[in-house]
Amino acid sequence: MATEEAGSALAFHPMDQFIVKPLFGEGAVHWYTPTNVTLWMALAVVGVFLLLVAGTRGRAVVPSRMQSIAELAYGFVHKMVEDVAGKDGLRYFPYIFTLFMFIVFANFLGLLPRAFTPTSHIAVTGVLAMAVFLSVTILGFVKNGASFLGLFWVSSAPLALRPILALIELISYFVRPVSHSIRLAGNMMAGHAVIKVFAGFAAIAVISPLSIAAITAMYGLEILVSFIQAYVFTILTCVYLKDALHPHH
Amino acid sequence: MEGDIVQMGAYIGAGLACMGMGGAAVGVGNVAGNFLSGALRNPSAAAGQTATLFIGIAFAEALGIFSFLVALLLMFAV
Repeated sequence: MATEEAGSALAFHPMDQFIVKPLFGEGAVHWYTPTNVTLWMALAVVGVFLLLVAGTRGRAVVPSRMQSIAELAYGFVHKMVEDVAGKDGLRYFPYIFTLFMFIVFANFLGLLPRAFTPTSHIAVTGVLAMAVFLSVTILGFVKNGASFLGLFWVSSAPLALRPILALIELISYFVRPVSHSIRLAGNMMAGHAVIKVFAGFAAIAVISPLSIAAITAMYGLEILVSFIQAYVFTILTCVYLKDALHPHH
Repeated sequence: MEGDIVQMGAYIGAGLACMGMGGAAVGVGNVAGNFLSGALRNPSAAAGQTATLFIGIAFAEALGIFSFLVALLLMFAV
Protein backbone atom coordinates (compact mmCIF):
# COMPACT_ATOMS: atom_id res chain seq x y z
CA MET A 1 0.00 0.00 0.00
CA ALA A 2 2.84 2.35 0.85
CA THR A 3 4.13 2.11 -2.71
CA GLU A 4 0.73 3.07 -4.09
CA GLU A 5 0.55 6.17 -1.90
CA ALA A 6 4.04 7.19 -2.94
CA GLY A 7 3.13 6.45 -6.55
CA SER A 8 0.10 8.73 -6.46
CA ALA A 9 2.09 11.48 -4.72
CA LEU A 10 4.57 11.56 -7.59
CA ALA A 11 3.48 14.02 -10.27
CA PHE A 12 5.03 11.79 -12.95
CA HIS A 13 6.45 8.33 -13.25
CA PRO A 14 10.25 8.25 -12.78
CA MET A 15 10.66 6.02 -15.83
CA ASP A 16 8.68 8.31 -18.14
CA GLN A 17 11.85 10.15 -19.12
CA PHE A 18 13.10 7.09 -20.98
CA ILE A 19 10.17 6.83 -23.40
CA VAL A 20 11.27 7.04 -27.02
CA LYS A 21 9.01 9.53 -28.82
CA PRO A 22 8.92 10.70 -32.43
CA LEU A 23 10.36 14.20 -32.78
CA PHE A 24 7.62 15.44 -35.08
CA GLY A 25 4.00 14.68 -34.30
CA GLU A 26 2.64 11.51 -32.77
CA GLY A 27 2.35 7.97 -33.96
CA ALA A 28 4.31 4.76 -34.19
CA VAL A 29 8.11 4.68 -34.10
CA HIS A 30 9.59 2.97 -37.16
CA TRP A 31 13.26 2.39 -37.76
CA TYR A 32 13.44 5.52 -39.93
CA THR A 33 11.44 7.81 -37.57
CA PRO A 34 13.53 10.66 -36.15
CA THR A 35 13.04 10.33 -32.39
CA ASN A 36 14.39 12.08 -29.32
CA VAL A 37 17.12 9.41 -29.21
CA THR A 38 18.16 10.41 -32.74
CA LEU A 39 18.22 14.07 -31.74
CA TRP A 40 20.41 13.59 -28.66
CA MET A 41 22.78 11.20 -30.39
CA ALA A 42 23.14 13.75 -33.18
CA LEU A 43 23.75 16.48 -30.59
CA ALA A 44 26.46 14.32 -29.01
CA VAL A 45 28.15 13.96 -32.40
CA VAL A 46 27.85 17.71 -32.99
CA GLY A 47 29.35 18.33 -29.55
CA VAL A 48 32.30 16.04 -30.27
CA PHE A 49 32.77 17.79 -33.62
CA LEU A 50 32.66 21.23 -32.02
CA LEU A 51 35.22 20.27 -29.39
CA LEU A 52 37.66 18.29 -31.50
CA VAL A 53 37.42 19.98 -34.91
CA ALA A 54 36.19 23.51 -34.29
CA GLY A 55 37.91 23.75 -30.89
CA THR A 56 41.35 22.89 -32.23
CA ARG A 57 40.94 25.06 -35.33
CA GLY A 58 43.62 27.55 -34.25
CA ARG A 59 46.28 24.83 -33.80
CA ALA A 60 47.94 27.26 -31.43
CA VAL A 61 51.22 26.44 -29.70
CA VAL A 62 49.75 27.97 -26.56
CA PRO A 63 46.32 26.29 -26.69
CA SER A 64 43.06 28.08 -26.07
CA ARG A 65 40.68 26.67 -23.47
CA MET A 66 38.77 24.51 -25.94
CA GLN A 67 41.95 23.26 -27.53
CA SER A 68 43.45 22.29 -24.20
CA ILE A 69 40.31 20.33 -23.27
CA ALA A 70 40.50 18.53 -26.62
CA GLU A 71 44.22 17.83 -26.11
CA LEU A 72 43.59 16.64 -22.58
CA ALA A 73 40.90 14.20 -23.77
CA TYR A 74 43.12 12.95 -26.59
CA GLY A 75 46.10 12.46 -24.31
CA PHE A 76 43.99 10.76 -21.64
CA VAL A 77 42.58 8.12 -23.98
CA HIS A 78 45.88 7.72 -25.81
CA LYS A 79 47.67 6.94 -22.55
CA MET A 80 44.90 4.57 -21.51
CA VAL A 81 45.13 2.56 -24.74
CA GLU A 82 48.92 2.48 -24.54
CA ASP A 83 48.96 1.39 -20.88
CA VAL A 84 46.30 -1.31 -21.17
CA ALA A 85 46.48 -2.65 -24.74
CA GLY A 86 50.18 -2.01 -25.35
CA LYS A 87 52.01 -0.24 -28.16
CA ASP A 88 50.44 -2.37 -30.91
CA GLY A 89 46.99 -1.50 -29.58
CA LEU A 90 47.55 2.11 -30.60
CA ARG A 91 46.56 1.26 -34.20
CA TYR A 92 42.98 0.95 -32.95
CA PHE A 93 43.15 4.17 -30.94
CA PRO A 94 40.85 6.16 -33.32
CA TYR A 95 37.98 3.72 -32.75
CA ILE A 96 38.42 3.71 -28.98
CA PHE A 97 38.71 7.49 -28.87
CA THR A 98 35.51 7.80 -30.94
CA LEU A 99 33.70 5.48 -28.54
CA PHE A 100 34.91 7.43 -25.51
CA MET A 101 34.02 10.85 -26.88
CA PHE A 102 30.58 9.73 -28.05
CA ILE A 103 29.70 8.11 -24.73
CA VAL A 104 31.06 10.96 -22.64
CA PHE A 105 29.12 13.54 -24.66
CA ALA A 106 25.92 11.50 -24.69
CA ASN A 107 26.19 11.07 -20.90
CA PHE A 108 26.95 14.70 -20.16
CA LEU A 109 24.33 16.11 -22.56
CA GLY A 110 21.81 13.76 -20.99
CA LEU A 111 22.40 15.50 -17.65
CA LEU A 112 20.95 18.77 -18.95
CA PRO A 113 17.47 19.39 -17.60
CA ARG A 114 14.75 18.04 -19.96
CA ALA A 115 17.40 16.27 -21.99
CA PHE A 116 17.28 12.65 -23.09
CA THR A 117 20.13 10.22 -22.42
CA PRO A 118 20.61 7.88 -25.38
CA THR A 119 23.11 5.81 -23.38
CA SER A 120 20.36 4.88 -20.90
CA HIS A 121 18.89 2.56 -23.53
CA ILE A 122 20.23 -0.94 -23.92
CA ALA A 123 19.41 -0.69 -27.64
CA VAL A 124 22.09 2.01 -27.96
CA THR A 125 24.74 0.61 -25.64
CA GLY A 126 24.06 -2.91 -26.91
CA VAL A 127 25.02 -1.87 -30.43
CA LEU A 128 28.19 -0.21 -29.13
CA ALA A 129 29.10 -3.29 -27.08
CA MET A 130 28.29 -5.75 -29.90
CA ALA A 131 30.42 -3.69 -32.29
CA VAL A 132 33.33 -3.92 -29.84
CA PHE A 133 32.73 -7.63 -29.22
CA LEU A 134 32.49 -8.58 -32.90
CA SER A 135 35.42 -6.46 -34.04
CA VAL A 136 37.63 -7.68 -31.20
CA THR A 137 36.74 -11.34 -31.86
CA ILE A 138 37.34 -11.01 -35.61
CA LEU A 139 40.56 -9.13 -34.92
CA GLY A 140 41.72 -11.88 -32.58
CA PHE A 141 41.19 -14.57 -35.21
CA VAL A 142 42.75 -12.48 -37.99
CA LYS A 143 45.83 -11.61 -35.92
CA ASN A 144 46.42 -14.97 -34.21
CA GLY A 145 44.54 -17.52 -36.30
CA ALA A 146 43.43 -20.58 -34.38
CA SER A 147 45.85 -19.82 -31.55
CA PHE A 148 43.36 -17.14 -30.46
CA LEU A 149 41.52 -20.05 -28.85
CA GLY A 150 44.47 -20.22 -26.43
CA LEU A 151 42.60 -17.46 -24.61
CA PHE A 152 40.27 -20.15 -23.30
CA TRP A 153 42.96 -22.73 -22.56
CA VAL A 154 44.64 -21.59 -19.35
CA SER A 155 48.05 -23.20 -19.72
CA SER A 156 49.20 -22.16 -16.24
CA ALA A 157 46.47 -24.26 -14.56
CA PRO A 158 46.76 -27.99 -13.77
CA LEU A 159 45.77 -30.18 -16.73
CA ALA A 160 42.74 -31.69 -14.99
CA LEU A 161 41.28 -28.27 -14.31
CA ARG A 162 41.77 -26.89 -17.81
CA PRO A 163 38.55 -28.16 -19.48
CA ILE A 164 36.46 -26.73 -16.63
CA LEU A 165 38.34 -23.45 -16.80
CA ALA A 166 37.91 -23.44 -20.59
CA LEU A 167 34.16 -23.73 -20.14
CA ILE A 168 34.11 -20.90 -17.59
CA GLU A 169 36.33 -18.72 -19.77
CA LEU A 170 34.09 -19.41 -22.77
CA ILE A 171 30.96 -18.41 -20.87
CA SER A 172 32.59 -15.30 -19.47
CA TYR A 173 33.76 -14.39 -22.97
CA PHE A 174 30.24 -14.50 -24.37
CA VAL A 175 28.76 -12.65 -21.40
CA ARG A 176 31.12 -9.74 -22.13
CA PRO A 177 28.88 -7.81 -24.57
CA VAL A 178 25.93 -8.28 -22.20
CA SER A 179 27.67 -6.94 -19.11
CA HIS A 180 29.52 -4.31 -21.16
CA SER A 181 26.25 -2.80 -22.44
CA ILE A 182 24.10 -3.31 -19.35
CA ARG A 183 26.70 -1.70 -17.09
CA LEU A 184 26.55 1.58 -19.01
CA ALA A 185 22.79 1.58 -19.64
CA GLY A 186 21.95 0.44 -16.12
CA ASN A 187 24.12 3.05 -14.46
CA MET A 188 22.73 5.89 -16.53
CA MET A 189 19.14 4.69 -16.17
CA ALA A 190 19.39 4.11 -12.41
CA GLY A 191 20.97 7.51 -11.75
CA HIS A 192 18.43 9.43 -13.80
CA ALA A 193 15.54 7.48 -12.27
CA VAL A 194 16.80 8.29 -8.75
CA ILE A 195 16.97 12.01 -9.63
CA LYS A 196 13.42 11.83 -10.98
CA VAL A 197 12.15 10.05 -7.86
CA PHE A 198 13.55 12.86 -5.69
CA ALA A 199 12.10 15.40 -8.12
CA GLY A 200 8.70 13.77 -7.61
CA PHE A 201 9.03 14.19 -3.82
CA ALA A 202 9.85 17.88 -4.33
CA ALA A 203 6.16 18.46 -5.06
CA ILE A 204 5.34 17.68 -1.40
CA ALA A 205 5.84 21.02 0.44
CA VAL A 206 7.12 19.58 3.76
CA ILE A 207 10.05 17.63 2.34
CA SER A 208 10.75 19.69 -0.76
CA PRO A 209 13.91 21.48 0.57
CA LEU A 210 15.32 18.11 1.60
CA SER A 211 14.52 16.54 -1.73
CA ILE A 212 15.97 19.48 -3.69
CA ALA A 213 19.18 19.10 -1.65
CA ALA A 214 19.11 15.39 -2.48
CA ILE A 215 18.68 16.17 -6.20
CA THR A 216 21.70 18.47 -6.04
CA ALA A 217 23.80 15.81 -4.35
CA MET A 218 22.67 13.10 -6.79
CA TYR A 219 23.35 15.43 -9.69
CA GLY A 220 26.93 15.88 -8.52
CA LEU A 221 27.28 12.12 -8.19
CA GLU A 222 25.77 11.65 -11.66
CA ILE A 223 28.35 13.98 -13.22
CA LEU A 224 31.03 11.76 -11.71
CA VAL A 225 29.24 8.56 -12.77
CA SER A 226 28.77 9.84 -16.34
CA PHE A 227 32.49 10.27 -16.73
CA ILE A 228 33.46 7.10 -14.87
CA GLN A 229 31.10 4.93 -16.90
CA ALA A 230 32.47 6.30 -20.17
CA TYR A 231 35.95 5.63 -18.79
CA VAL A 232 35.03 2.12 -17.72
CA PHE A 233 33.43 1.32 -21.09
CA THR A 234 36.56 2.52 -22.86
CA ILE A 235 39.02 0.77 -20.58
CA LEU A 236 37.14 -2.52 -20.87
CA THR A 237 37.30 -2.11 -24.65
CA CYS A 238 41.07 -1.76 -24.23
CA VAL A 239 41.17 -4.89 -22.05
CA TYR A 240 39.24 -6.89 -24.67
CA LEU A 241 41.53 -5.51 -27.35
CA LYS A 242 44.56 -6.64 -25.35
CA ASP A 243 43.05 -10.13 -25.08
CA ALA A 244 42.59 -10.19 -28.86
CA LEU A 245 46.15 -9.04 -29.56
CA HIS A 246 47.86 -11.19 -26.93
CA PRO A 247 45.53 -14.13 -26.23
CA HIS A 248 48.00 -16.20 -24.18
CA HIS A 249 47.76 -16.14 -20.44
CA MET B 1 -7.47 -12.90 -9.16
CA GLU B 2 -4.77 -15.04 -10.72
CA GLY B 3 -3.32 -12.02 -12.49
CA ASP B 4 -3.26 -10.15 -9.18
CA ILE B 5 -1.23 -12.91 -7.55
CA VAL B 6 1.20 -12.91 -10.49
CA GLN B 7 1.47 -9.14 -10.21
CA MET B 8 2.08 -9.38 -6.47
CA GLY B 9 4.74 -12.01 -7.00
CA ALA B 10 6.44 -9.79 -9.56
CA TYR B 11 6.48 -6.85 -7.16
CA ILE B 12 7.81 -8.97 -4.29
CA GLY B 13 10.46 -10.36 -6.61
CA ALA B 14 11.43 -6.87 -7.71
CA GLY B 15 11.82 -5.90 -4.07
CA LEU B 16 13.88 -9.00 -3.33
CA ALA B 17 16.12 -8.20 -6.29
CA CYS B 18 17.19 -5.08 -4.39
CA MET B 19 19.19 -7.36 -2.09
CA GLY B 20 21.65 -7.63 -4.96
CA MET B 21 22.45 -4.00 -4.26
CA GLY B 22 23.93 -5.01 -0.92
CA GLY B 23 26.15 -7.57 -2.62
CA ALA B 24 27.41 -5.01 -5.10
CA ALA B 25 28.01 -2.57 -2.24
CA VAL B 26 30.12 -5.12 -0.37
CA GLY B 27 32.05 -5.92 -3.54
CA VAL B 28 32.76 -2.32 -4.53
CA GLY B 29 33.66 -1.40 -0.95
CA ASN B 30 36.01 -4.34 -0.75
CA VAL B 31 37.80 -3.36 -3.98
CA ALA B 32 38.10 0.30 -3.02
CA GLY B 33 39.10 -0.42 0.59
CA ASN B 34 41.79 -2.88 -0.38
CA PHE B 35 43.07 -0.45 -2.99
CA LEU B 36 43.27 2.30 -0.39
CA SER B 37 45.08 0.15 2.16
CA GLY B 38 47.54 -0.93 -0.51
CA ALA B 39 47.94 2.61 -1.76
CA LEU B 40 48.73 3.93 1.71
CA ARG B 41 51.44 1.32 2.14
CA ASN B 42 53.04 2.18 -1.17
CA PRO B 43 51.74 5.54 -2.45
CA SER B 44 54.25 5.71 -5.31
CA ALA B 45 52.76 2.60 -6.95
CA ALA B 46 49.15 3.70 -6.45
CA ALA B 47 48.85 6.04 -9.43
CA GLY B 48 49.70 3.27 -11.88
CA GLN B 49 46.96 1.01 -10.53
CA THR B 50 43.93 3.31 -10.79
CA ALA B 51 42.95 1.66 -14.08
CA THR B 52 42.94 -1.73 -12.36
CA LEU B 53 40.89 -0.22 -9.55
CA PHE B 54 38.23 0.98 -11.94
CA ILE B 55 38.14 -2.32 -13.82
CA GLY B 56 37.67 -4.13 -10.51
CA ILE B 57 34.92 -1.75 -9.44
CA ALA B 58 33.23 -2.12 -12.83
CA PHE B 59 33.19 -5.91 -12.58
CA ALA B 60 31.86 -5.86 -9.03
CA GLU B 61 29.26 -3.27 -9.92
CA ALA B 62 28.04 -5.06 -13.06
CA LEU B 63 26.56 -7.84 -10.93
CA GLY B 64 24.64 -5.31 -8.87
CA ILE B 65 23.34 -3.79 -12.09
CA PHE B 66 22.15 -7.25 -13.14
CA SER B 67 19.90 -7.37 -10.07
CA PHE B 68 18.59 -3.93 -10.99
CA LEU B 69 17.86 -5.32 -14.43
CA VAL B 70 15.96 -8.25 -12.95
CA ALA B 71 13.89 -5.80 -10.89
CA LEU B 72 13.14 -3.74 -14.01
CA LEU B 73 12.16 -6.84 -15.98
CA LEU B 74 9.81 -7.92 -13.20
CA MET B 75 8.26 -4.45 -12.97
CA PHE B 76 7.80 -3.71 -16.65
CA ALA B 77 8.29 -6.81 -18.78
CA VAL B 78 6.63 -9.68 -16.88
